[in-house]
Amino acid sequence: MNIHEYQAKEVFRKYGVAVPRGKVAFTPEEAEAAARELGGDVFVVKAQIHAGGRGKAGGVKLAHSPEEVKEIAAQMIGMKLVTHQTGPQGKEVRRVLVEEGIDIDRELYLGIVLDRSRSRLVLMASTEGGVEIEKVAAEKPEAIIKEYVDPKIELQPFQARKIAFGLGLRGDQVKNAVKFILSLYKAFVDTDASLAEINPLVVTKQGQVLALDAKMNFDDSALFRHPDILEMRDISEEDPLEVEASKYHLNYIKLDGNVGCMVNGAGLAMATMDIIKLAGGEPANFLDVGGGANVETVRNGFKIILSDPNVKAILINIFGGIVRCDRVAKGIIEAAKTVDINVPMVIRLAGTNAEEAAELLEKSDMHFEVAQTLEEAARKVVAVLNN
Amino acid sequence: MSIIIDKTSRVLVQGITGKEGSFHTQQMMEYGTNVVAGVTPGKGGQKFMDQVPVYNTVQEAVQETGANVSVVFVPPAFAPDAIYEAADAGIETVVCISEGIPALDMLKVYDYLQTTHTRLIGPNCPGIISPGKCKVGIMPGFIHREGTVGVISRSGTLTYEAVDQITREGLGQSTCIGIGGDPIIGTRFIDALKLFKDDPETELVVLIGEIGGTAEEEAAAWIKENFNKPVVAFIAGQTAPPGRRMGHAGAIISGGKGTAAEKMKALEAAGIHVCKSPADIGKTVAGILKKA
Repeated sequence: MNIHEYQAKEVFRKYGVAVPRGKVAFTPEEAEAAARELGGDVFVVKAQIHAGGRGKAGGVKLAHSPEEVKEIAAQMIGMKLVTHQTGPQGKEVRRVLVEEGIDIDRELYLGIVLDRSRSRLVLMASTEGGVEIEKVAAEKPEAIIKEYVDPKIELQPFQARKIAFGLGLRGDQVKNAVKFILSLYKAFVDTDASLAEINPLVVTKQGQVLALDAKMNFDDSALFRHPDILEMRDISEEDPLEVEASKYHLNYIKLDGNVGCMVNGAGLAMATMDIIKLAGGEPANFLDVGGGANVETVRNGFKIILSDPNVKAILINIFGGIVRCDRVAKGIIEAAKTVDINVPMVIRLAGTNAEEAAELLEKSDMHFEVAQTLEEAARKVVAVLNN
Repeated sequence: MSIIIDKTSRVLVQGITGKEGSFHTQQMMEYGTNVVAGVTPGKGGQKFMDQVPVYNTVQEAVQETGANVSVVFVPPAFAPDAIYEAADAGIETVVCISEGIPALDMLKVYDYLQTTHTRLIGPNCPGIISPGKCKVGIMPGFIHREGTVGVISRSGTLTYEAVDQITREGLGQSTCIGIGGDPIIGTRFIDALKLFKDDPETELVVLIGEIGGTAEEEAAAWIKENFNKPVVAFIAGQTAPPGRRMGHAGAIISGGKGTAAEKMKALEAAGIHVCKSPADIGKTVAGILKKA
């Protein structure tokens, strides 16, 4: 799960990770009031969307008075921000973060991620603040300082010191950075984060170490023990169809193609998308209906797929294991009675009781084509598309 | 031969009285797996299907029955505890089916297991099967056939698809391992490949990967240096968008890394037969084995 920058900074504040003073605003008036409350003569107005690259896209602006903050907020709220991470359609800005201006001395990078190859958390730091870490890794890998965390002893102060000295910090800066790093680690593990990224991490002219930007993602599997984090979910940042699908506990991801697909199992669902593409079609979605694949799941699956106006054909691919295909077939027939399936459909049921399933489907008054193999299914669905 | 499990495996089911656990225990027994014990804390003394003794602790079950393989069917929040308990009791192989264990919990599990002799398969996997000998997991037994193809996969139903294709070609499998779709797993591609390398019965290995992480690239590099048997690979998610988690917790392209294209390139560079289409796995395997 993703959250906004201002929410990540709230989490940081709670754990003693230093951040600039600031406040979120949903209207230009609130933004102006926030600036007055902050005081001072330099403010930053930052668009809050779930995507990076906001600065270059005009989503981060300086202001010198509360009136100017209001003006900028009025321009930002409601605008579609297009960054390299949003896609060409962009994302609508619904809230802005108003922060105090900071006297920046140096811009650095700090992140915590899971290193899957080593099965350890790793802290990464670099002096190339403001640059994407992937870019630094590709062009200047030696500029990245890495500290792996041993799960038995967790992050130790000496590791934080190694990072601080490695970044070229001195005196009080080191002390502040060590506190910052240890607190950030604590925030990360306490909230079951999957990523924390501070880019840039800034050193102020006064020697403070602050998170000028903040990004946090959380492990979906651990949200059950973090109701407070779950509350920060902003569904307006998600695709409406995906939000709808999540209500039915369906694993659905919307794509840009025209062949809707319904599959059991994530790997097979991806493979089905791939073979549709190889056959000359474009998948409209990823949909894993899971092991259950009963009437209810299939019905909801149809509803979601058909709500996408781009869908011109449907491919159902179920490999019956413990789930019997005849049961899935019954589910499809039942579901089809209550959902108006107005596009051609190809059904492939393989595995346990596939023959019984084929018989049931033949006897029903549904309109569809049957395929035996994965290849045939993909070929047929692309053929009906072209008819 | 086969790897990890065979006819001598004595299987213990953790969570045997639960809905999933009881259903799949029955399926495993029907397949011929020697299920010797079950564990459900508080239900010790019962008999599952009037046959399999249920114990309160894994230690007790191991002492009484000599169980050496365990399969975990407990909910994800309790699964780490179940794995620790199995390892503590000296179980050789723990197969964890449970999906949705928090990654930070798995980091600790993984680290702890390094200090033991216990092998973990999974979590979030269909399990492992040595056709005709033993099935520890939830895969449909009947699609498998005894043979010489080893299968290692991050997926569930996609593995069944591949196995089914291989069986339809008139070939069979030595052992099929579902290593799991999570970012932190106990047995990785390379661990399984090492075992297949030393298994005289395995003539060829099918490797089914997917987007996310770099396990396939690491496997490719290892195969190039160490593995002489032919390998056929497929990578799912060639059409997956970046930054999105495709069902499995581990299936995500992040920061431009973990794409199918990169993995396919690395595998091809290691001399591995990479199938672009998931429909070509069986055919490719047959082409190689029938020519040899």
